[in-house]
Amino acid sequence: MGFLDALLGRTKPVQANLDQLFALPGATLTLEAGTDFRPTGTGSVCFRAAEGRAFSDIEKDVQDLLNMSKDSAPVEVSTDRYNFTWLVSKHSPDDAEGLVTDLHAVNSSLENGGFGPQLLCTIMAFRDSGGRSLGLVYLYKRGTFYPFAPLSGQRRNNALELQIRGALGADLKIEQDLSRWMPIWGAPGL
Amino acid sequence: MARTRYASDPGLIARMGATMFLLGLVFVGFATGLVYLISYYTSHRHGGGGPANVDVLIFFAAVIGIGSALGSYYWSDKIALRTSGARLVGPNDGPDAARLHGIVDRLCALADMPKPRIAIAPTQMPNAFATGRNTKVAVLCATTGILDRSRLTDEELEGVLAHEMSHVAHKDVAVMTIASFLGIIAALMVRFAFYSELFGGGRRDNNGQSQLLVIPVMLLSIIVYAISFLLIRLLSRYRELSADRSGALLTGRPAALASALVKVTGDMGRIPVKDLREAEPLNAFYFTPALKPGQSLATIFSTHPSLDRRLKELDKISKQLGQQR
Repeated sequence: MGFLDALLGRTKPVQANLDQLFALPGATLTLEAGTDFRPTGTGSVCFRAAEGRAFSDIEKDVQDLLNMSKDSAPVEVSTDRYNFTWLVSKHSPDDAEGLVTDLHAVNSSLENGGFGPQLLCTIMAFRDSGGRSLGLVYLYKRGTFYPFAPLSGQRRNNALELQIRGALGADLKIEQDLSRWMPIWGAPGL
Repeated sequence: MARTRYASDPGLIARMGATMFLLGLVFVGFATGLVYLISYYTSHRHGGGGPANVDVLIFFAAVIGIGSALGSYYWSDKIALRTSGARLVGPNDGPDAARLHGIVDRLCALADMPKPRIAIAPTQMPNAFATGRNTKVAVLCATTGILDRSRLTDEELEGVLAHEMSHVAHKDVAVMTIASFLGIIAALMVRFAFYSELFGGGRRDNNGQSQLLVIPVMLLSIIVYAISFLLIRLLSRYRELSADRSGALLTGRPAALASALVKVTGDMGRIPVKDLREAEPLNAFYFTPALKPGQSLATIFSTHPSLDRRLKELDKISKQLGQQR
Protein backbone atom coordinates (compact mmCIF):
# COMPACT_ATOMS: atom_id res chain seq x y z
CA MET A 1 0.00 0.00 0.00
CA GLY A 2 1.85 3.02 -1.25
CA PHE A 3 1.57 6.64 -0.16
CA LEU A 4 -0.46 7.55 -3.23
CA ASP A 5 -2.87 4.67 -2.67
CA ALA A 6 -3.55 5.87 0.86
CA LEU A 7 -3.91 9.45 -0.28
CA LEU A 8 -6.38 8.57 -2.99
CA GLY A 9 -8.20 5.95 -0.96
CA ARG A 10 -7.78 3.00 -3.26
CA THR A 11 -6.81 -0.55 -2.51
CA LYS A 12 -5.22 -2.90 -4.94
CA PRO A 13 -6.65 -6.32 -4.08
CA VAL A 14 -3.87 -8.66 -3.08
CA GLN A 15 -3.27 -11.33 -5.68
CA ALA A 16 -2.92 -14.93 -4.57
CA ASN A 17 0.57 -16.36 -4.40
CA LEU A 18 0.42 -19.91 -5.66
CA ASP A 19 4.13 -20.66 -5.82
CA GLN A 20 4.63 -22.31 -2.46
CA LEU A 21 1.82 -24.84 -2.76
CA PHE A 22 3.93 -27.47 -4.48
CA ALA A 23 6.18 -27.67 -1.43
CA LEU A 24 3.41 -29.65 0.31
CA PRO A 25 4.27 -33.18 -0.94
CA GLY A 26 7.86 -32.73 0.26
CA ALA A 27 6.65 -31.47 3.63
CA THR A 28 4.38 -34.50 3.90
CA LEU A 29 7.41 -36.79 3.64
CA THR A 30 9.27 -34.80 6.29
CA LEU A 31 6.26 -34.91 8.56
CA GLU A 32 5.95 -38.67 8.14
CA ALA A 33 9.64 -39.15 8.85
CA GLY A 34 9.83 -36.85 11.87
CA THR A 35 6.42 -37.23 13.52
CA ASP A 36 3.51 -39.61 13.84
CA PHE A 37 1.28 -37.58 11.52
CA ARG A 38 0.08 -39.11 8.25
CA PRO A 39 -1.94 -37.38 5.52
CA THR A 40 -5.61 -38.35 5.45
CA GLY A 41 -5.74 -37.78 1.71
CA THR A 42 -8.16 -34.92 2.17
CA GLY A 43 -7.47 -31.40 1.09
CA SER A 44 -9.66 -28.37 0.73
CA VAL A 45 -9.64 -24.95 -0.87
CA CYS A 46 -11.51 -22.08 0.73
CA PHE A 47 -12.54 -19.01 -1.21
CA ARG A 48 -15.05 -16.23 -1.11
CA ALA A 49 -17.60 -16.66 -3.86
CA ALA A 50 -18.20 -13.36 -5.61
CA GLU A 51 -21.68 -12.50 -6.77
CA GLY A 52 -22.63 -12.67 -10.40
CA ARG A 53 -22.68 -15.09 -13.28
CA ALA A 54 -18.96 -14.87 -14.07
CA PHE A 55 -17.93 -16.39 -10.79
CA SER A 56 -20.59 -19.09 -10.63
CA ASP A 57 -19.59 -20.23 -14.12
CA ILE A 58 -15.97 -20.59 -13.06
CA GLU A 59 -17.02 -22.40 -9.91
CA LYS A 60 -18.99 -24.92 -11.93
CA ASP A 61 -16.11 -25.44 -14.37
CA VAL A 62 -13.77 -26.15 -11.48
CA GLN A 63 -16.08 -28.79 -10.04
CA ASP A 64 -16.46 -30.47 -13.41
CA LEU A 65 -12.70 -30.43 -13.87
CA LEU A 66 -12.04 -32.06 -10.51
CA ASN A 67 -14.75 -34.66 -10.98
CA MET A 68 -13.21 -35.76 -14.27
CA SER A 69 -10.13 -37.31 -12.67
CA LYS A 70 -10.56 -41.03 -11.97
CA ASP A 71 -8.40 -41.48 -8.87
CA SER A 72 -10.35 -39.28 -6.51
CA ALA A 73 -13.76 -39.25 -4.94
CA PRO A 74 -16.20 -36.62 -6.27
CA VAL A 75 -15.43 -33.20 -4.92
CA GLU A 76 -17.59 -31.97 -2.06
CA VAL A 77 -18.79 -28.39 -1.99
CA SER A 78 -19.97 -26.69 1.15
CA THR A 79 -20.50 -23.21 2.52
CA ASP A 80 -19.40 -22.43 6.05
CA ARG A 81 -21.11 -20.09 8.48
CA TYR A 82 -18.98 -17.16 7.31
CA ASN A 83 -20.30 -17.66 3.77
CA PHE A 84 -17.00 -18.91 2.45
CA THR A 85 -17.09 -21.77 -0.04
CA TRP A 86 -15.05 -24.93 0.50
CA LEU A 87 -14.14 -27.46 -2.15
CA VAL A 88 -13.03 -30.71 -0.53
CA SER A 89 -11.02 -33.16 -2.59
CA LYS A 90 -10.42 -36.71 -1.36
CA HIS A 91 -7.54 -38.83 -2.62
CA SER A 92 -5.87 -41.93 -1.27
CA PRO A 93 -3.57 -41.03 1.66
CA ASP A 94 -0.35 -41.77 -0.25
CA ASP A 95 -1.28 -39.58 -3.22
CA ALA A 96 -0.12 -36.22 -1.95
CA GLU A 97 0.97 -35.08 -5.41
CA GLY A 98 -2.42 -35.82 -6.94
CA LEU A 99 -4.14 -33.95 -4.14
CA VAL A 100 -1.93 -30.89 -4.50
CA THR A 101 -2.43 -30.93 -8.26
CA ASP A 102 -6.19 -30.90 -7.71
CA LEU A 103 -5.96 -28.04 -5.26
CA HIS A 104 -3.79 -26.15 -7.65
CA ALA A 105 -6.30 -26.64 -10.45
CA VAL A 106 -8.89 -24.81 -8.36
CA ASN A 107 -6.53 -21.93 -7.68
CA SER A 108 -5.39 -21.48 -11.22
CA SER A 109 -8.94 -21.62 -12.58
CA LEU A 110 -10.04 -18.87 -10.23
CA GLU A 111 -6.96 -16.84 -10.95
CA ASN A 112 -7.33 -17.17 -14.71
CA GLY A 113 -10.90 -15.99 -14.39
CA GLY A 114 -9.65 -12.86 -12.66
CA PHE A 115 -10.80 -13.92 -9.22
CA GLY A 116 -7.41 -14.58 -7.60
CA PRO A 117 -8.13 -12.11 -4.78
CA GLN A 118 -11.10 -14.25 -3.68
CA LEU A 119 -8.89 -17.15 -2.53
CA LEU A 120 -8.53 -17.47 1.24
CA CYS A 121 -6.63 -20.61 2.12
CA THR A 122 -5.95 -24.24 1.38
CA ILE A 123 -5.82 -26.94 4.03
CA MET A 124 -4.19 -30.34 3.83
CA ALA A 125 -5.37 -32.65 6.60
CA PHE A 126 -3.19 -34.96 8.71
CA ARG A 127 -3.94 -37.34 11.55
CA ASP A 128 -1.71 -39.20 13.99
CA SER A 129 -2.20 -42.67 15.45
CA GLY A 130 -3.77 -41.13 18.55
CA GLY A 131 -6.51 -39.56 16.43
CA ARG A 132 -5.32 -35.97 16.81
CA SER A 133 -5.96 -33.94 13.71
CA LEU A 134 -3.71 -31.35 12.18
CA GLY A 135 -4.14 -29.08 9.21
CA LEU A 136 -1.40 -27.44 7.23
CA VAL A 137 -2.96 -24.17 6.18
CA TYR A 138 -1.66 -22.25 3.19
CA LEU A 139 -2.50 -18.54 3.18
CA TYR A 140 -2.75 -17.44 -0.44
CA LYS A 141 -2.21 -13.77 0.21
CA ARG A 142 0.91 -14.28 2.30
CA GLY A 143 2.29 -17.26 0.42
CA THR A 144 3.00 -18.92 3.76
CA PHE A 145 1.94 -21.97 5.73
CA TYR A 146 0.96 -22.47 9.34
CA PRO A 147 -0.15 -25.51 11.31
CA PHE A 148 -3.62 -25.60 12.85
CA ALA A 149 -4.41 -28.27 15.44
CA PRO A 150 -8.01 -28.00 16.64
CA LEU A 151 -9.13 -29.58 19.91
CA SER A 152 -12.70 -30.09 20.96
CA GLY A 153 -14.69 -27.02 21.94
CA GLN A 154 -12.93 -24.35 19.87
CA ARG A 155 -9.57 -24.71 21.54
CA ARG A 156 -6.34 -25.35 19.72
CA ASN A 157 -3.24 -27.30 20.64
CA ASN A 158 -0.66 -24.53 20.48
CA ALA A 159 2.17 -26.76 21.75
CA LEU A 160 1.62 -29.19 18.89
CA GLU A 161 1.40 -26.34 16.39
CA LEU A 162 4.73 -24.93 17.53
CA GLN A 163 6.28 -28.39 17.43
CA ILE A 164 5.12 -28.81 13.82
CA ARG A 165 6.51 -25.41 12.98
CA GLY A 166 9.91 -26.62 14.18
CA ALA A 167 9.63 -29.88 12.24
CA LEU A 168 8.69 -28.24 8.95
CA GLY A 169 10.73 -25.05 9.14
CA ALA A 170 13.15 -26.24 6.47
CA ASP A 171 10.53 -27.51 4.02
CA LEU A 172 7.82 -24.88 4.07
CA LYS A 173 7.74 -21.13 4.24
CA ILE A 174 6.14 -20.87 7.68
CA GLU A 175 4.20 -17.75 8.62
CA GLN A 176 6.45 -15.85 11.03
CA ASP A 177 3.77 -13.53 12.39
CA LEU A 178 1.90 -15.68 14.92
CA SER A 179 -1.05 -13.28 14.92
CA ARG A 180 -1.80 -14.47 11.39
CA TRP A 181 -2.32 -18.05 12.52
CA MET A 182 -6.06 -17.72 12.12
CA PRO A 183 -8.16 -20.49 13.63
CA ILE A 184 -10.47 -22.21 11.16
CA TRP A 185 -13.02 -23.93 13.35
CA GLY A 186 -15.00 -26.67 11.73
CA ALA A 187 -13.04 -26.56 8.49
CA PRO A 188 -14.43 -29.20 6.12
CA GLY A 189 -12.07 -32.13 5.70
CA LEU A 190 -10.19 -31.57 8.94
CA MET B 1 -3.93 -12.44 -15.26
CA ALA B 2 -6.68 -9.91 -15.45
CA ARG B 3 -6.81 -7.16 -12.94
CA THR B 4 -9.56 -5.28 -14.71
CA ARG B 5 -12.23 -6.80 -12.52
CA TYR B 6 -10.78 -5.03 -9.51
CA ALA B 7 -9.79 -1.79 -11.22
CA SER B 8 -10.11 1.35 -9.15
CA ASP B 9 -12.58 3.99 -10.23
CA PRO B 10 -10.61 6.66 -12.14
CA GLY B 11 -13.43 9.20 -11.88
CA LEU B 12 -13.58 8.94 -8.12
CA ILE B 13 -9.80 9.16 -7.82
CA ALA B 14 -9.68 12.22 -10.05
CA ARG B 15 -12.38 13.99 -8.05
CA MET B 16 -10.68 13.15 -4.79
CA GLY B 17 -7.35 14.43 -6.11
CA ALA B 18 -9.03 17.65 -7.27
CA THR B 19 -10.61 18.16 -3.85
CA MET B 20 -7.27 17.73 -2.12
CA PHE B 21 -5.65 20.08 -4.59
CA LEU B 22 -8.29 22.73 -3.87
CA LEU B 23 -7.76 22.29 -0.13
CA GLY B 24 -4.04 22.83 -0.66
CA LEU B 25 -4.81 25.86 -2.78
CA VAL B 26 -7.01 27.36 -0.06
CA PHE B 27 -4.25 26.72 2.46
CA VAL B 28 -1.69 28.51 0.30
CA GLY B 29 -4.15 31.34 -0.29
CA PHE B 30 -4.74 31.65 3.45
CA ALA B 31 -1.03 31.82 4.22
CA THR B 32 -0.40 34.32 1.44
CA GLY B 33 -3.30 36.49 2.59
CA LEU B 34 -2.00 36.55 6.14
CA VAL B 35 1.52 37.41 5.07
CA TYR B 36 0.18 40.16 2.84
CA LEU B 37 -1.97 41.64 5.62
CA ILE B 38 0.88 41.57 8.12
CA SER B 39 3.39 43.14 5.76
CA TYR B 40 0.82 45.77 4.84
CA TYR B 41 0.35 46.50 8.54
CA THR B 42 4.06 46.68 9.38
CA SER B 43 4.88 48.93 6.44
CA HIS B 44 2.06 51.36 7.32
CA ARG B 45 2.42 51.65 11.05
CA HIS B 46 3.83 54.93 12.25
CA GLY B 47 6.91 54.68 14.43
CA GLY B 48 5.69 53.54 17.88
CA GLY B 49 6.17 49.84 18.68
CA GLY B 50 3.08 48.30 20.26
CA PRO B 51 2.42 44.59 20.36
CA ALA B 52 1.98 42.94 17.00
CA ASN B 53 -1.32 41.35 17.98
CA VAL B 54 -1.89 39.56 14.72
CA ASP B 55 1.45 37.76 14.92
CA VAL B 56 0.58 36.52 18.38
CA LEU B 57 -2.85 35.54 17.15
CA ILE B 58 -1.47 33.47 14.31
CA PHE B 59 1.16 31.94 16.54
CA PHE B 60 -1.34 30.76 19.14
CA ALA B 61 -3.79 29.53 16.52
CA ALA B 62 -1.02 27.52 14.85
CA VAL B 63 0.27 26.06 18.13
CA ILE B 64 -3.16 25.07 19.42
CA GLY B 65 -4.24 23.87 15.97
CA ILE B 66 -1.17 21.67 15.55
CA GLY B 67 -1.56 20.45 19.13
CA SER B 68 -5.19 19.45 18.74
CA ALA B 69 -4.56 17.87 15.34
CA LEU B 70 -1.66 15.83 16.71
CA GLY B 71 -3.72 14.88 19.74
CA SER B 72 -6.66 13.66 17.71
CA TYR B 73 -4.24 11.88 15.40
CA TYR B 74 -2.38 10.00 18.13
CA TRP B 75 -5.29 9.27 20.42
CA SER B 76 -8.00 8.81 17.78
CA ASP B 77 -8.60 5.24 18.91
CA LYS B 78 -8.78 6.08 22.60
CA ILE B 79 -10.96 9.14 22.07
CA ALA B 80 -13.42 7.20 19.92
CA LEU B 81 -13.60 4.30 22.36
CA ARG B 82 -14.09 6.64 25.32
CA THR B 83 -16.83 8.70 23.69
CA SER B 84 -18.74 5.70 22.39
CA GLY B 85 -18.44 3.79 25.65
CA ALA B 86 -17.12 0.79 23.73
CA ARG B 87 -14.95 -1.86 25.29
CA LEU B 88 -12.31 -4.02 23.64
CA VAL B 89 -13.24 -7.69 23.33
CA GLY B 90 -11.23 -10.85 22.71
CA PRO B 91 -12.41 -13.84 20.68
CA ASN B 92 -13.65 -15.61 23.82
CA ASP B 93 -15.82 -12.84 25.25
CA GLY B 94 -19.20 -14.20 24.30
CA PRO B 95 -20.93 -15.13 21.05
CA ASP B 96 -21.03 -11.61 19.59
CA ALA B 97 -17.29 -11.14 20.08
CA ALA B 98 -16.56 -14.59 18.66
CA ARG B 99 -18.65 -13.80 15.58
CA LEU B 100 -16.91 -10.46 15.03
CA HIS B 101 -13.46 -11.98 15.47
CA GLY B 102 -14.30 -14.84 13.09
CA ILE B 103 -15.43 -12.49 10.34
CA VAL B 104 -12.54 -10.05 10.81
CA ASP B 105 -9.99 -12.89 10.88
CA ARG B 106 -11.06 -13.99 7.45
CA LEU B 107 -11.27 -10.50 6.01
CA CYS B 108 -7.72 -9.85 7.23
CA ALA B 109 -6.49 -13.06 5.63
CA LEU B 110 -8.24 -12.12 2.37
CA ALA B 111 -6.85 -8.58 2.39
CA ASP B 112 -3.45 -9.53 3.84
CA MET B 113 -3.59 -6.90 6.53
CA PRO B 114 -2.84 -7.10 10.27
CA LYS B 115 -5.86 -7.69 12.44
CA PRO B 116 -7.27 -4.60 14.15
CA ARG B 117 -8.43 -4.69 17.74
CA ILE B 118 -12.14 -5.35 18.13
CA ALA B 119 -14.54 -3.40 20.33
CA ILE B 120 -18.25 -3.53 21.00
CA ALA B 121 -20.30 -0.47 21.94
CA PRO B 122 -23.51 -1.06 23.89
CA THR B 123 -25.88 0.95 21.69
CA GLN B 124 -29.08 -0.14 20.00
CA MET B 125 -28.36 2.17 17.05
CA PRO B 126 -26.93 -0.03 14.27
CA ASN B 127 -23.52 1.37 13.45
CA ALA B 128 -19.82 0.57 13.17
CA PHE B 129 -16.65 2.63 12.99
CA ALA B 130 -12.90 2.20 12.72
CA THR B 131 -10.21 4.51 14.02
CA GLY B 132 -6.51 4.45 14.74
CA ARG B 133 -3.66 6.21 13.03
CA ASN B 134 -2.23 3.05 11.47
CA THR B 135 -3.12 -0.57 10.91
CA LYS B 136 -1.29 -1.66 14.06
CA VAL B 137 -3.26 0.35 16.60
CA ALA B 138 -6.51 0.40 14.64
CA VAL B 139 -9.73 -0.41 16.47
CA LEU B 140 -12.80 -1.71 14.74
CA CYS B 141 -15.94 -1.09 16.76
CA ALA B 142 -19.44 -2.41 16.18
CA THR B 143 -22.54 -1.54 18.19
CA THR B 144 -24.73 -4.20 19.73
CA GLY B 145 -27.48 -2.89 17.44
CA ILE B 146 -25.62 -3.89 14.28
CA LEU B 147 -24.68 -7.28 15.78
CA ASP B 148 -28.34 -8.06 16.34
CA ARG B 149 -28.98 -11.07 14.14
CA SER B 150 -32.55 -10.02 13.49
CA ARG B 151 -31.21 -6.88 11.84
CA LEU B 152 -28.19 -7.78 9.70
CA THR B 153 -27.29 -11.19 8.30
CA ASP B 154 -23.71 -12.46 8.57
CA GLU B 155 -23.08 -11.49 5.00
CA GLU B 156 -24.32 -7.94 5.45
CA LEU B 157 -22.33 -7.54 8.67
CA GLU B 158 -19.26 -8.74 6.80
CA GLY B 159 -19.85 -6.08 4.15
CA VAL B 160 -20.02 -3.38 6.83
CA LEU B 161 -16.86 -4.63 8.53
CA ALA B 162 -15.02 -4.79 5.18
CA HIS B 163 -16.03 -1.17 4.59
CA GLU B 164 -14.61 -0.17 7.97
CA MET B 165 -11.42 -2.14 7.38
CA SER B 166 -10.97 -0.28 4.11
CA HIS B 167 -11.01 2.95 6.11
CA VAL B 168 -8.12 1.53 8.13
CA ALA B 169 -6.28 0.39 4.99
CA HIS B 170 -6.73 3.79 3.35
CA LYS B 171 -5.34 5.51 6.48
CA ASP B 172 -8.38 7.72 6.62
CA VAL B 173 -7.62 8.97 10.12
CA ALA B 174 -4.31 10.41 8.95
CA VAL B 175 -5.70 11.86 5.74
CA MET B 176 -8.72 13.46 7.36
CA THR B 177 -6.64 14.86 10.24
CA ILE B 178 -4.31 16.58 7.81
CA ALA B 179 -7.24 17.78 5.72
CA SER B 180 -9.13 19.22 8.67
CA PHE B 181 -6.02 20.91 10.07
CA LEU B 182 -6.62 23.97 7.89
CA GLY B 183 -10.20 24.23 9.09
CA ILE B 184 -9.10 24.02 12.73
CA ILE B 185 -6.56 26.84 12.29
CA ALA B 186 -9.03 29.08 10.48
CA ALA B 187 -11.71 28.47 13.13
CA LEU B 188 -9.26 29.27 15.93
CA MET B 189 -8.16 32.45 14.18
CA VAL B 190 -11.76 33.62 13.92
CA ARG B 191 -12.33 32.94 17.59
CA PHE B 192 -9.12 34.59 18.78
CA ALA B 193 -9.62 37.60 16.56
CA PHE B 194 -13.14 37.96 17.91
CA TYR B 195 -11.99 37.79 21.54
CA SER B 196 -9.12 40.21 21.00
CA GLU B 197 -11.62 42.66 19.50
CA LEU B 198 -13.95 42.17 22.43
CA PHE B 199 -11.51 42.37 25.31
CA GLY B 200 -8.39 44.02 23.92
CA GLY B 201 -10.06 47.12 22.47
CA GLY B 202 -9.43 49.63 25.28
CA ARG B 203 -5.80 48.82 25.93
CA ARG B 204 -4.37 49.78 22.58
CA ASP B 205 -5.36 53.33 21.97
CA ASN B 206 -1.87 54.16 20.68
CA ASN B 207 -2.03 51.23 18.33
CA GLY B 208 -5.10 51.73 16.22
CA GLN B 209 -3.61 50.08 13.13
CA SER B 210 -3.39 46.77 14.91
CA GLN B 211 -7.09 46.82 15.64
CA LEU B 212 -7.83 47.71 12.08
CA LEU B 213 -5.89 44.66 11.01
CA VAL B 214 -7.71 42.20 13.23
CA ILE B 215 -10.93 42.62 11.28
CA PRO B 216 -9.56 41.71 7.81
CA VAL B 217 -7.75 38.76 9.35
CA MET B 218 -11.02 37.64 10.90
CA LEU B 219 -12.87 38.01 7.60
CA LEU B 220 -10.18 36.09 5.74
CA SER B 221 -10.32 33.32 8.34
CA ILE B 222 -14.10 33.09 8.10
CA ILE B 223 -13.96 32.73 4.32
CA VAL B 224 -11.17 30.13 4.52
CA TYR B 225 -13.04 28.24 7.21
CA ALA B 226 -16.24 28.12 5.16
CA ILE B 227 -14.50 26.92 2.01
CA SER B 228 -12.33 24.37 3.77
CA PHE B 229 -15.34 23.06 5.71
CA LEU B 230 -17.19 22.32 2.48
CA LEU B 231 -14.09 20.79 0.88
CA ILE B 232 -13.41 18.57 3.89
CA ARG B 233 -16.99 17.32 3.85
CA LEU B 234 -16.66 16.62 0.12
CA LEU B 235 -13.42 14.74 0.73
CA SER B 236 -15.06 12.74 3.50
CA ARG B 237 -17.88 11.70 1.16
CA TYR B 238 -15.39 10.60 -1.50
CA ARG B 239 -13.51 8.55 1.05
CA GLU B 240 -16.72 6.85 2.10
CA LEU B 241 -17.37 5.94 -1.52
CA SER B 242 -13.89 4.50 -1.94
CA ALA B 243 -14.23 2.53 1.31
CA ASP B 244 -17.52 1.15 -0.04
CA ARG B 245 -15.74 0.18 -3.22
CA SER B 246 -12.74 -1.49 -1.61
CA GLY B 247 -14.95 -3.26 0.93
CA ALA B 248 -17.28 -4.59 -1.75
CA LEU B 249 -14.38 -5.80 -3.88
CA LEU B 250 -12.81 -7.47 -0.85
CA THR B 251 -15.86 -9.57 -0.03
CA GLY B 252 -16.93 -9.91 -3.66
CA ARG B 253 -20.48 -9.10 -2.57
CA PRO B 254 -21.45 -5.51 -3.35
CA ALA B 255 -25.09 -6.48 -3.02
CA ALA B 256 -24.63 -7.54 0.61
CA LEU B 257 -23.09 -4.18 1.49
CA ALA B 258 -25.87 -2.42 -0.39
CA SER B 259 -28.57 -4.22 1.54
CA ALA B 260 -26.75 -3.53 4.82
CA LEU B 261 -26.65 0.17 3.90
CA VAL B 262 -30.34 0.17 3.15
CA LYS B 263 -31.02 -1.47 6.49
CA VAL B 264 -28.69 0.70 8.56
CA THR B 265 -28.96 4.14 6.98
CA GLY B 266 -32.35 3.86 5.39
CA ASP B 267 -35.60 4.16 7.23
CA MET B 268 -35.42 0.57 8.34
CA GLY B 269 -32.51 1.42 10.64
CA ARG B 270 -34.84 3.52 12.71
CA ILE B 271 -37.46 0.87 13.10
CA PRO B 272 -36.72 -0.99 16.32
CA VAL B 273 -36.37 -4.74 16.04
CA LYS B 274 -37.12 -5.45 19.67
CA ASP B 275 -40.61 -6.37 20.62
CA LEU B 276 -42.47 -3.45 22.12
CA ARG B 277 -43.06 -5.37 25.33
CA GLU B 278 -39.33 -6.17 25.72
CA ALA B 279 -38.05 -2.75 24.83
CA GLU B 280 -37.73 0.13 27.21
CA PRO B 281 -41.13 1.76 27.71
CA LEU B 282 -39.83 5.05 26.35
CA ASN B 283 -38.75 3.55 23.04
CA ALA B 284 -42.30 3.52 21.85
CA PHE B 285 -42.26 7.29 21.79
CA TYR B 286 -39.16 7.71 19.67
CA PHE B 287 -39.69 10.31 17.02
CA THR B 288 -38.84 9.14 13.53
CA PRO B 289 -37.81 12.11 11.41
CA ALA B 290 -39.36 11.92 7.97
CA LEU B 291 -36.50 12.74 5.62
CA LYS B 292 -37.47 13.64 2.13
CA PRO B 293 -35.32 12.27 -0.67
CA GLY B 294 -33.05 14.63 -2.56
CA GLN B 295 -32.36 17.33 -0.01
CA SER B 296 -29.50 18.96 -1.83
CA LEU B 297 -28.46 21.41 0.89
CA ALA B 298 -28.23 18.63 3.44
CA THR B 299 -25.93 16.63 1.15
CA ILE B 300 -23.36 19.43 0.83
CA PHE B 301 -22.88 19.50 4.57
CA SER B 302 -23.00 15.79 5.31
CA THR B 303 -19.98 13.60 5.92
CA HIS B 304 -21.52 10.64 4.12
CA PRO B 305 -22.79 10.43 0.56
CA SER B 306 -26.49 9.92 0.07
CA LEU B 307 -27.82 6.40 0.15
CA ASP B 308 -28.85 6.63 -3.52
CA ARG B 309 -25.36 7.59 -4.56
CA ARG B 310 -23.76 4.76 -2.59
CA LEU B 311 -26.20 2.18 -3.96
CA LYS B 312 -25.57 3.38 -7.50
CA GLU B 313 -21.79 2.99 -7.08
CA LEU B 314 -22.23 -0.49 -5.60
CA ASP B 315 -24.40 -1.45 -8.56
CA LYS B 316 -21.56 -0.49 -10.85
CA ILE B 317 -19.16 -2.74 -8.94
CA SER B 318 -21.62 -5.60 -9.07
CA LYS B 319 -21.78 -5.30 -12.85
CA GLN B 320 -18.00 -5.12 -13.04
CA LEU B 321 -17.66 -8.33 -11.02
CA GLY B 322 -20.24 -10.20 -13.06
CA GLN B 323 -18.77 -9.36 -16.46
CA GLN B 324 -18.31 -12.40 -18.65
CA ARG B 325 -14.98 -12.61 -20.33
